[in-house]
Amino acid sequence: MLRWIVWRDLMLAWRRRADMLSTVFFFVIVVSLFPFGIGPETELLRKIAPGVVWVAALLASMLSLSRMFANDYQDGTLEQLLLTPQPLYLVVLGKTLAHWIVAEVPLVLIAPLVGAQFDLSNETLALLFVSLLVGTPVLSLIGSVGAALTLGLRGGGVLISILVLPLYIPALIFGAGAVEASIMGLSPAPHLYLLGAFAIVSAIFSPWAAAAGLRISLE
Amino acid sequence: MSGRKRTAPCSQKRKDKSARACPFVPFCGSAYNGSGGQPTILELSKLGCVRGDRRLFSELDFAVSPGTLVQLTGPNGSGKTSLLRILCGLLAPAEGEVKWQGANIRSLGEEYFTSVTYLGHRHGVKDELSAVENLRISNALNGIEVSKQRARAVLEQMGLAGRELLPARLLSEGQRRRVALARLLVCDTALWLLDEVMTSLDKGAVALVRSLIENHLANGGIAFVATHQELGLPDTLTRRLELTT
Repeated sequence: MLRWIVWRDLMLAWRRRADMLSTVFFFVIVVSLFPFGIGPETELLRKIAPGVVWVAALLASMLSLSRMFANDYQDGTLEQLLLTPQPLYLVVLGKTLAHWIVAEVPLVLIAPLVGAQFDLSNETLALLFVSLLVGTPVLSLIGSVGAALTLGLRGGGVLISILVLPLYIPALIFGAGAVEASIMGLSPAPHLYLLGAFAIVSAIFSPWAAAAGLRISLE
Repeated sequence: MSGRKRTAPCSQKRKDKSARACPFVPFCGSAYNGSGGQPTILELSKLGCVRGDRRLFSELDFAVSPGTLVQLTGPNGSGKTSLLRILCGLLAPAEGEVKWQGANIRSLGEEYFTSVTYLGHRHGVKDELSAVENLRISNALNGIEVSKQRARAVLEQMGLAGRELLPARLLSEGQRRRVALARLLVCDTALWLLDEVMTSLDKGAVALVRSLIENHLANGGIAFVATHQELGLPDTLTRRLELTT
């Protein structure tokens, strides 16, 4: 069942490619604005790079979060998903997985490329990639709770940011921290372990909370 | 839940009114011979519904046995949709309970959904997907694998021949409704909850829906249909449940 939900959401995303591309372009542009604004001060750029890329990834994921359940809600398919004979937990997990693949994976893939503007070494760029790979599932998972709770509300998009961005802070600290550690020649492993632990904990609790949120939103 | 306290005076007023004229007039068709010894399979007991600060209905008792069509009527805003959403488990009743084969549907959880098909106001049809994809995916999520050939055959039966592969956004309102209704041909659920499914359907489609329901009843199914149109099914099979404001 999980694969049907993921497959369905991936196909829907493919038929609406423009939405996916807008998230990627937003990410690329926000990251690129910093080198333009600061100028060719490589020392400073290298220092801010991890934080800038991570913050841009958080903001870019905000763009797609409000759409996570809203489209299904409007055409009535979300009601039907709630009435399928399988745990809502799995439905939400499937939709979250699809959201991660559609909205976050492109950012992870393109991050080393846009990171090159900050004069980072290959090693650091690779680590940026790894930290985003481990950390971005957290964005989809915690974001799903915000998306479920704000479903059907006017101005839900802004409300999601207020609800969800503070919860992203641990992922930001450890994700950017891993890259910074490697720039300073320290081992990034502790940061990545903590980031991974945070991803696992949110994978356990977020679908459950989002499922409860959806039930409330659809009453 | 918090709305209940606020509505207490209002509900009292409604109850007084209901003492004069009972708000629910569940009367049977003239030749309806009770449950005919058949076991009650769906039971509504003391059901009450509050939306916002308005009490839509309360103390609703109703029992349905297999092979029965329940036609749900009442003016706009009388709670037809809310009742159907309570019956399918999307909405929690403010009071009372719905029992399916003797067990409260809230305690049955997902198991209950294997016996229910709900078609609401909103079609539940994805604009980006074709009719075939819509049908196959919505059934797959309900645990029924439908082959492409079968999906095409079913859609042809629904009068959508030649339009199976168009994205649903290119279909008319009535055709989209037909795509949604195609699910009834595939599902094997015992309880159908149909909310105003006749809107924007032409005469042919209405006849088709009627024959679908007739088949369903003949197989011992139950159908709750909220509609203002006369379905024209025999009175022996039809019971009416009228909600008033």
